[in-house]
Order: sequence, then structure tokens, then C-alpha cells
Amino acid sequence: MSAVVDEHDHDHHADDHHDHGPAKGLLRWIITTNHKDIGTLYLLFALTMFFVGGSMAMVIRAELFEPGLQFVDPAFFNSMTTMHALVMVFGAVMPAFVGLANWQIPLMIGATDMALPRMNNMSFWMLVAGVLLLASTLFMEGGAPNGGWTLYPPLVLQPITVGKALPFAIFSVHLLGISSIMGAINIIATIFNMRAPAMKLMDMPLFVWTWLITAFLLIAVMPVFAGAVTMLLTDKFFHTSFFNAAGGGDPVLYEHIFWFFGHPEVYIMILPTFGVASTIIPVFARKPLFGYASMVWATASIAFLSFIVWAHHMFTVGMPIAGELYFMYATMIIAVPTGVKVFNWTATMWKGAMTFETPMLFSISFVVLFTLGGFTGLMMSIAPSDFQYHDTYFIVAHFHYTLVPASIFILMAAGYFWLPKWTGHMYNEKIGQLHFWLSVISVNILFFPQHFLGLAGMPRRIPDYAVQFADWNMISSIGGFIFGASQLLFLYIVIDTIRGGTGEKVSDEVWEDAAKHGLEWTLPSPTPYHTWTTPPTIVPTEHVLDSH
Amino acid sequence: MNKAKQLFAGLILMALGLGTARADYTLNLMKGVTKVSNDIYDLHMLILWICVFIGVVVFGAMFYSIFHHRKSKGHVAAQFHENTTVEIIWTIIPTLILVAMAIPATKTLLELSDVEKSDMTIQVTGRQWYWDYKYLDNDIHFESHLDEASERVHRTVGADPRSVPNYLLNVDKPLVIPVHKKVRFVLTSTDVIHSWWVPDLGWKKDANPGFINEAWTLVDKPGTYRGQCTELCGRDHGFMPIVVIAMEQADYDAWVKRTSEQQKQKPDLSDQSRQQLMAHGESVYLKNCVGCHQIDGAGVPGLIPALTGSAIATGKWESLDGFLRAGTSKMPKFEKLNAKEFAELMTYVRNSLGNKVGDELQPKQTALPDDDE
Amino acid sequence: MKDSISKKNLKLARTLLVVAITMFGFGYALVPIYDVLCEWKWIERDRPDDIKKVPEVAYTVDVNREITVEFLTVLNESTPMIFRTETKQLKVHPGQYYTVNFYAENKTNKEMKARAIASFSPALISQYFEKIECFCFSEQTFKAKEAKTMPMRFVINPEIPAQYKTITLSYTFFDNTERSVNN
Repeated sequence: MSAVVDEHDHDHHADDHHDHGPAKGLLRWIITTNHKDIGTLYLLFALTMFFVGGSMAMVIRAELFEPGLQFVDPAFFNSMTTMHALVMVFGAVMPAFVGLANWQIPLMIGATDMALPRMNNMSFWMLVAGVLLLASTLFMEGGAPNGGWTLYPPLVLQPITVGKALPFAIFSVHLLGISSIMGAINIIATIFNMRAPAMKLMDMPLFVWTWLITAFLLIAVMPVFAGAVTMLLTDKFFHTSFFNAAGGGDPVLYEHIFWFFGHPEVYIMILPTFGVASTIIPVFARKPLFGYASMVWATASIAFLSFIVWAHHMFTVGMPIAGELYFMYATMIIAVPTGVKVFNWTATMWKGAMTFETPMLFSISFVVLFTLGGFTGLMMSIAPSDFQYHDTYFIVAHFHYTLVPASIFILMAAGYFWLPKWTGHMYNEKIGQLHFWLSVISVNILFFPQHFLGLAGMPRRIPDYAVQFADWNMISSIGGFIFGASQLLFLYIVIDTIRGGTGEKVSDEVWEDAAKHGLEWTLPSPTPYHTWTTPPTIVPTEHVLDSH
Repeated sequence: MNKAKQLFAGLILMALGLGTARADYTLNLMKGVTKVSNDIYDLHMLILWICVFIGVVVFGAMFYSIFHHRKSKGHVAAQFHENTTVEIIWTIIPTLILVAMAIPATKTLLELSDVEKSDMTIQVTGRQWYWDYKYLDNDIHFESHLDEASERVHRTVGADPRSVPNYLLNVDKPLVIPVHKKVRFVLTSTDVIHSWWVPDLGWKKDANPGFINEAWTLVDKPGTYRGQCTELCGRDHGFMPIVVIAMEQADYDAWVKRTSEQQKQKPDLSDQSRQQLMAHGESVYLKNCVGCHQIDGAGVPGLIPALTGSAIATGKWESLDGFLRAGTSKMPKFEKLNAKEFAELMTYVRNSLGNKVGDELQPKQTALPDDDE
Repeated sequence: MKDSISKKNLKLARTLLVVAITMFGFGYALVPIYDVLCEWKWIERDRPDDIKKVPEVAYTVDVNREITVEFLTVLNESTPMIFRTETKQLKVHPGQYYTVNFYAENKTNKEMKARAIASFSPALISQYFEKIECFCFSEQTFKAKEAKTMPMRFVINPEIPAQYKTITLSYTFFDNTERSVNN
């Protein structure tokens, strides 16, 4: 981390990143309450975890490269799938969006900083502690948790399945939960109280809107998850019987509580993605965002629906017909607001004057590939069909399409889009485009065949498979290795840009006419350490022309 | 290169919706052998085509725009950002499509949930890591484990899975059902949550400990249908397949007769040679012990004790015998094994897996007074 | 101005914290809510506590209707017992009372506490299946090597909808000895 620090210092010595003395320099990052510093910390931490979680995915794909036992024991394989999910969800994607929120929300709404800067610092370090605690279980007797990231009892409580790791994993979930709840509280307080007086709620950039809604989701469901894992803990060590049939409990109850958290959780990872896409696409289409108000409403209705559809994750658990029908219908309805979003992005591009810099390329591929993930989601909402798809590679393909070429691609897009603003340096467009094309091709080689595998009957979470699944698995693994390796390019670009990039001095707007689209582009590049000490008086967002 | 060509061909076939290209590159859901699975296949195709249609329209518009509305082509950006009519249309049309999809989906779901008027019932119990089948109408009861050939190969680094027919999808004793009969299943588990899935039957259903779920099937075509456990159930989740053989009624009746008779036979308690004891013992070990204690008896550090050099395994056989029958908080009791199997298993464990006690146990030694119960 | 904003921030943060804590409580509230949903038949589960003992009342026996009741006995892993039903299948008339015997034996040399959990298939009929006497009402204590024959007396309420022709009732015995000791 110390190799890439210091570029945001307000006295503009952007290139001399070796000049801080170890104590003073490091201390700045530990005690900082500056939203930009904390944003940087979050983003770099998330990037690190992206590679940690990615390495675990490489282990999985290496074992699945061919049928038969190659490298890892089945229990370690299960640990890898479990930890890959937990690290990617709680260590990479969520912190990355919190990092973006920290950097961008104050800049976008004309605030000096986040509302509660000290809590901001605390929530970051609690995240680090939580993830380190989780990672430490890898070295414990009996290995890391291996019952899947969903932590279903009785499996995760079984003495032959879990060693010493369970209480540590659960405590880590508590820390991560508290960290994200604090982050969410901070974001809501910032958006409600710190906006420039000129900015009304319906003037806010969509990124701010989607994060506001996401923050409410976080506050609503993270505590429920914390409660569920606490019940697991007391069931295991204090002889309660929430999920133990012997004492009058029910393991299926855990599934209900988990997915009551879990379904909003997946939207926590996708709603800010929608916000970033809605911010980037208009800039490169040189057009205002189409249907601003309907975007806000669609986001809010998706968030609302996420609370009442959870049991579509468990159609096969044995529900009465009324329950199955209700959850099927409710789930299908989500397609409507989601469709509205996709249509709006398309309409935003329509009759624009598009250019295709790396952020735009990633955003367009997000729209296309997220829509593919949405289609399979719609297919899965049909309960009888889900009886075939459930817990197969079809599902794996579905949620990876909505997370990798959607959430992750948009995070990449956001990196390319805002790094020049933050650092004052332009990234290398050629390498950026190479990174994009390698990523978009390999991600499809990686995940598209998994649809076929699932439909052909390959269950998920298995370390070995029947030989008829061999060919598609090999192709998928090859795609996975290329995708994994391609991401090193991104790492290179980030470091290179921080250290000076192409050497080209970027303008304040960075992108052509960007100032029309967001307040942050009216600030100098690189962004000064303190911004908006005087709140802006004009809100330059053009999408709201009519609503005034 | 060849792979790339095949991949390309596969993708094209997928695009054309031609379904299966070749055996190893299966692309689509299989139709299955029951009415329900066919209905589900039709539903699947219906939704797939609707999605393809929507995709063509939306992506068509998007890519038209990407190719024509570029700055490099001198296109000047329009500045519209709202159109209430369009927005209403693209809210209503998808809603109507959804309603159209919900109708056949509801019909199939109702049909699937109707377990009444069944001709026979089979109790399916998920266990770590095999299935246990009990025919409620005629007392047939057996366990269905992964076959030994797969068991050996999947536990050995570098072994060739292609040398085993139906690798990981074969069992020692398949479930046998008659065709044209409505078979009802009641599913439960005795340890963790499992899920019973045979794609050709069209559904999967979870087996929850302490509770029962039900499902049914009516197979039209005699044949062998394979599936797997689909709910993560621990380290050997990938190794508890399901094989269902559907037979004509006459064949089924003969099978029932044969199996019931076999079941009634008392185990043969006559003495065996050391070689026989060891060979049979290995089979018993592969079915019952290998999932936890591993193929070399090394166990799993921190979770499962090793058998190699274990004081219990290599101590007095009587105490090992008692230990196996009683079970522990981690290990199920193995009283389901008969005296013959106990003798074979103990001989194997004490003289293989790195142990060299040197004794051999005969079934008569391990028989309990009430073994003929 | 600055002060008033940070006051506002703190106030909002406190409110949101209360919301978060409430939601933690809501997670726990889902446990009883689940029971209610079960009762409303949104979720297919008959919780052991639902299976309340009912007093024996005289119903009109519907001799024209016959329902097949199947009894399953399951032992959860490592429950050192023998457990079986003396009647595997029974054809019953709604409204008539029946008694079925279950046999259970403790195979260990220690006292054992075990709990039988009942589950119905189809689950929705549990409301029509009325038990007057059952070993599942409470935890059972078995002395070392003790064998018991346990009667279960029941009636099927004649109001049971006509579509139900087969009912499966399973009992799973769980060894609760360790849990009871620790409590």
C-alpha cells in the first residue's frame, strides 16, 4: 500500500510518493478522517481482496480443469468456494462501492466531507479486522469454513465439517456487518445533511440516489444476518434450538432468515452499479440520462421488492403451493423495473454522439452482460423450471453474470472514469482498451459455458464431475485463467496512473463536457485534499432541467 | 484449435437454438422422460425464446445506436431525456409478457404439487454420503452408494476418470421403479440437508433432517436415469449420485421378488480366506468409512482421526467392535453392518491402511447373540 | 451553522442506529413470525409445538371414506436406539379413533433422553390430524437398555378435504441426552 500513497495530498506533490517518512506517512493513513483518504483505503483494500478472492477462484477452476482429483482435497475445495464468495462479497465488491461512495458522494453533492468522519475511519479499520479474522481461519485446525457462504445448518455446525473456524468466521461476519452498517449510516447522514443547499433530492446524481437506497437496504438487512449467525453460534455453543429439529427448531428457518438478508444483499451489490452506469453512459453519449425520475423509482421499487421475494432461493425446500406461487409471481415482477433501467440506458445511448473510451466500453458491456444475467434470472423465477436449474452451474453462471461482468466491470469502469480526476493523471488508454477486450472475451469464455453445464445436469459446489462435463469445464477454466491474468493489467494501470500515467496533464473536466453531468468535474484535477469548503451554488446536472 | 472450433460451432448452434450438438457439448436442458419434465422443458424453451426476442430488440437498438450514433461519424447528440409515452409502453409490455409466462408456469407447478393418487411410495433418506431407499409397500430397503470404481478413482491423484464407465454417476444398488406408475417419494435426511435430483424426472427436492418432503414421478420410458445430490452436504457432496432404473411392470415385479428374497437371506457366516476377508473388507470400507477416514486411512487433520496407527483400530478387536457399533458424537453407529461385514471390515482396517496387526477375524467371532433378529 | 449540522448528523446517526438495532431484533422476531406463517400455511412445516394434545370428542365416523395413513420411523444420526412402528400402513375412516403402537429401545447402557419430531406429508393436513396421545408430546426418557411400546392415539377430523387420500406421518428420534445435561 505504501508504494501507491500520497497522490492526493493537498500540496500537490503528486509524483514524489516516496517522500513521506514511514511513521508520519503511515500514521496519516491510520488516523485519517478525510473522505478521499478513506475512499482510497477502501478501494485499495477492495482491489487487494479482489486478487485474494480471485486466487481462490483460480484454485477452483484449476481443480475443475479436468475430471478426477488433481490438486485439492474436497473439503479444501469447499473451503475455497465458501471463502471465495465471502471474500468477494464482503471484502471486494461491497468495500469497493463504499470506497467509491466515500470519494464521490461528497464531491457530487458539494459536501466538504462525510457527515461523521471519525466513524468513517473506524468502519474502514473494522472491515480490515473482519476480513483478516476471516482469512485467519484458513490457517486454523480443521480449515476455513466449508459449508458454503450461505452457512446452512446443520452442516456448518457439524463436528466433522467445521473445525475451530466457526466462531471466528461468525465474529468476522459481525465485524463486517457493523462496519457496513456504520458506513451506511454515514452515507445516509451525508446525503441528507451535507448536500449543498442548491441541490434538491431530485437533483442528485443517480450514483448518489442508488447509494442512498443501498444504504437503507444495508441498515435493514445486515443486522438480520448478524442475528442469523448469532443464532447459529448459540445453537452450536449454548444449546439453543433455533435451527435444531431435536429442540423444536427447524433448519429451513435459517434458510428463510438467511435469504431475507441474502436477497437484498445481492441488490446491495448491484444498485450502486446501476448508479455508476447511469453516471458514465451519459458522459460518453454526450446526452442527458434518459428517464432520470423513472430510474430513481425503478431503483426504489427494486429495493422494495427485494424484501418480499427471498424464498425464490429455496423453491425446492418444500413450500406449500401458495408460497411457491406467491414467490414466483413476486420475483417475476422484478423484471419490470429492471427492464425499465436497461431500456433507459439504451435510450440514453440512442441518438447520442458516442465515443468509446475504456469506461464507456466497460459500461456498455455491463448493460449487455447484466441483461444476460437478468434473462437467466427471469428464467429462474419460473418455479417449475427452477426445479431443474436450482443448485446447478446454471445458477453459478447466472449470478456470476450479474456480479462479474456487471458489478466488477462497473467498478473497473468507475476506476478508469474517476482515476484521472482523483490523481490528475491520464491512464494509458491503449492498455485500458486491451484490458477491456481481454476481460470481456475471457469472462464470456469463463461463464457462458457454465449455462450449458448446468442445463446438462452438473450440480454446483462439487470438486469433481462426470466426464461428459469435461469439455465445457476445460473451456470455462481456460477463460478463467485468461480473465484472472488480464486483471493484472488493471493493477498495472492503477499503479501506473497514480505514478503519473501517460504524463498528459488532464483538464478539470477530464472528459469532454463532463462538467454538464456532475459537480465533481468542476473541481480542479487532481482533486484537492479539501473540497467544497464553500458549497457550490449552481447545480450543473442537466437531467433535471424540466423538473425545476 | 480444434477446441476453439468446437466452441465456436457450439455457440452458433446455441444461437440457432438447435439444442444438443454432440454428446460432450450438451447445450440445452434435456426433455426428460416424464410429462412434467417435458412441460418444464417447454416452459424453459418458451422463456428462453422470449428472452432471445427481447434481447434481439434491445441489443439491436443498442448496437444500431453504437454503430450509427458515434461522434466519430459526426453524429450530433440529441438532447431529449424523457418520453412518458415510451416509458409507459415499456413498462406495460413486459408486464403483459410476464402474465403470459405465469399462466403455463402456474399450471405446471400445480401439476407437480399434486402427489395424490399414487400407486406406490418410496422413502428417500439422504445420508452423508449416500442415499437410503425404503419401499413402503413391500419392505424393500437398501442403501445406494457410489460404485467402487469411481470411489477409487476420485480419491486418487492422477487416476483416469475416463477409464470408469459412468464415472461418479454410478451406484452399487440403483433405485428401481416401474414405468407408467405414479411413484410417490417422501424425502428426509438423518444428518444435514441434501437434495435429490434426477434431471430426466424434471425436479429436485430437498431432504431436510427431521422433516419429510414429498414429490412424485411417472416415467413413460424404461431406461436408466442418473442424477446427483444438489445441496452442499459436506466433503463428499459430489460423490453421492442417484441412479433410477425404470422397468416394465413384469420386470419390476420380478426385481421385487428377487430383492425381497435376497433381503431375507441371512448373511453367510462361514469362514473366509484371509484374501477374501481383505477384499470384502475393502468394499465395506469404501462404502462406509472412506468418506471421512480417507482412502489411505489418514483421516483429516483437525477434524477426523486417522485409522493408521490408531489405538482403537489396532487394539483389542472386541473393543473396536464395540466402538463401531456404538458410534460417537462424530461417527454414526454401524450396527447396520452384519457380522460378516464386521469381520471383513475389521480385518481390513487392522491389516491395511498402514496397519499390521496380523490377525484375521471370522464372521462367527463377531456374530452377536441377537444377530439373527 | 457547522455546529447545527453536526448535531443533525449525530441525531440522524442515532436514529439509524436504533433502526439497525431494531432490525437485529427483527431477525429474532422472524422466529415467531415463521411459526405464524406456518400456521397460515405460507410455509409448509408443522412445528412440534403445534401438535397439541386434543381432548377426545365424538365425531361422526365417515365410513364411506377411506384414507391410507403411512407411518415412517427415522433415527437421526448417532441416535443409539431401535425405533419402529408396529403398524406400517393403516386404512382409516375420518372421525374414527385409532391407536398405533411404536416400539423404541435404548441400546446404550446409560440413561437416554430422546425427542421424537413429527412431520406430515402433505404437511397441510396436520391440522386435521388430531392426536389424543403421543410419545412426541414431550421428551422421552429411556433407562439403560430400556424398551418401550408407545401408543399413539389419533383421529382424522372428518372435515379433511376430499382430495387427500394418502397421509404420511414420520417420526424422527433425536438423541437429546447431551443437550439436556448441558441445560
